[in-house]
Amino acid sequence: MRAAIIDEGLREAGFTDLVRIAATHGLVAAIETHDPDVVVIDLEDPSRDALADMFLVSRHVKRPITMFVDQSDSASIEAAVEAGVSAYIVDGLKKERMQPILQTCISRFNAFRKLREELDDVRSQLEERKLVDRAKGIVMRMKSLSEEDAYALLRRTAMNEKRKLIDIARSIITAAEVLK
Amino acid sequence: MTLHLRVGFMPLVDCALVVLAKDEGFAEAEGLNLELVREVSWSNLRDKLNVRLFDAAHMLGPAAIAATLGIGGVRVPMAVPLALNLDGAAITVSVRRYEELAKFADGDMTETAVSARALAAMVARRKASGLPPLTFAAVFGFSSHTYLLCEWLAKAGLVLGKDIRFEVVPPPQTVEALTSGRVDGFCAGAPWNAAAVSTGVGAMVHTGADLHRDCPDKVLAWQADDVERRPAAVRKLTAAILRASEWACDPANIPRFAMHLSAPDRLALPVDLLEPVLQFSLLQGAGRPPRQVERFIRFDRAALRPVPDHADWILAGMENAGQIIRTPEMSQQARAVFRPDYFPGGSD
Repeated sequence: MRAAIIDEGLREAGFTDLVRIAATHGLVAAIETHDPDVVVIDLEDPSRDALADMFLVSRHVKRPITMFVDQSDSASIEAAVEAGVSAYIVDGLKKERMQPILQTCISRFNAFRKLREELDDVRSQLEERKLVDRAKGIVMRMKSLSEEDAYALLRRTAMNEKRKLIDIARSIITAAEVLK
Repeated sequence: MTLHLRVGFMPLVDCALVVLAKDEGFAEAEGLNLELVREVSWSNLRDKLNVRLFDAAHMLGPAAIAATLGIGGVRVPMAVPLALNLDGAAITVSVRRYEELAKFADGDMTETAVSARALAAMVARRKASGLPPLTFAAVFGFSSHTYLLCEWLAKAGLVLGKDIRFEVVPPPQTVEALTSGRVDGFCAGAPWNAAAVSTGVGAMVHTGADLHRDCPDKVLAWQADDVERRPAAVRKLTAAILRASEWACDPANIPRFAMHLSAPDRLALPVDLLEPVLQFSLLQGAGRPPRQVERFIRFDRAALRPVPDHADWILAGMENAGQIIRTPEMSQQARAVFRPDYFPGGSD
């Protein structure tokens, strides 16, 4: 999923000579065969340490590959790590060539993360609304209140106790379960 | 005021003191809101510490030194105000390789020199028959595990990376790597040896302590700057971990200790696998009964003191493994990573 996003982004940015390697199996062989200029790796991929070690030893690859580190530009390292991506480049490759690649990866990952967070937010909001509705139902039943009054009571309680509405709702549901 | 600290860890028994500091409430008692984040690679721990996504991290001592020296990645000077354990590693091979090894043995296989000679005989036999070389793995290039493997092989004149292929396999993938035959053996921290034995694919050959007692292992690493900038935070986390150490060393707490480690957001492994490890009872496999190894892994206070001499052992290991050519400046920088001055009770 995340790899597909990077793949697409890089193609759109004009980098068409891409190979995506999924499994740890045959990683060494694949890198030997393709002899890449740049290797981009997702930080969620557990094979990162194996990859790093392979480059360090460099016996397996034709050209020495080092981690993309531009000590003069720590902002780009920070942005990359925060976005969840790291890159390794062939020693001697001009860093101007690396920047657009890294930038594409960073912006794609960030956009993806934002989407995922929004989705999580929507999910949890839905979940909270369901719980508040359940608590409201319990209050309506037990105190013979209208829907509107039951909701007002929940809100007032939350304000008085300086707690969130959802927390009050959870307490009511728990209490109702216990007292059932 | 509560101080928020984010600490990264890898799923291993030796992350225990950080986990207990949080889950038994010792951090909270020090006024810390400790957030623990499980990671998938040691490189990530280093890089996230570098960009301050983490305040501190559970780290391999050699990885902290490599980062300080800038070998194998970004140069990030680290400081270690306390270690998180000593010992706890073991070497496991596939059951098939263990049985072959036992046939080559000219004596008691529990002796490291005997098993190493058996391995050398096996390596020679494979070479003569045109079979591919054996592959051994460690959890990271810069790790005590790599250096322990080198020490073991050296007992029979074998060189890792030459006579035996070397690969890096992260701890949670060791069992799979052994099962699939991608590697013939590995050196890793607990509980991954027990995990390989319990699935029936692995046989433990030696514990790390058989080769090297009180071997430096994981440390709590901070960025060197941060230790100077935030001494209060360092002191509080250190205090919480020392309280956790005291708690962890009480045998009465073992069931609860195992329960904390087994949680889905910690090691996510069964209690039944973890509890015997904490009781120092180690599964061996290949038809052998569990082996009791006193203080197989050390969490006691004395084990946590940061010892600059450990840097010398680590640098020697790096040099033996062909990772560096040692210089006097390196020794100085590496020794300075360990900061006994931050350890309560002083630096002696």
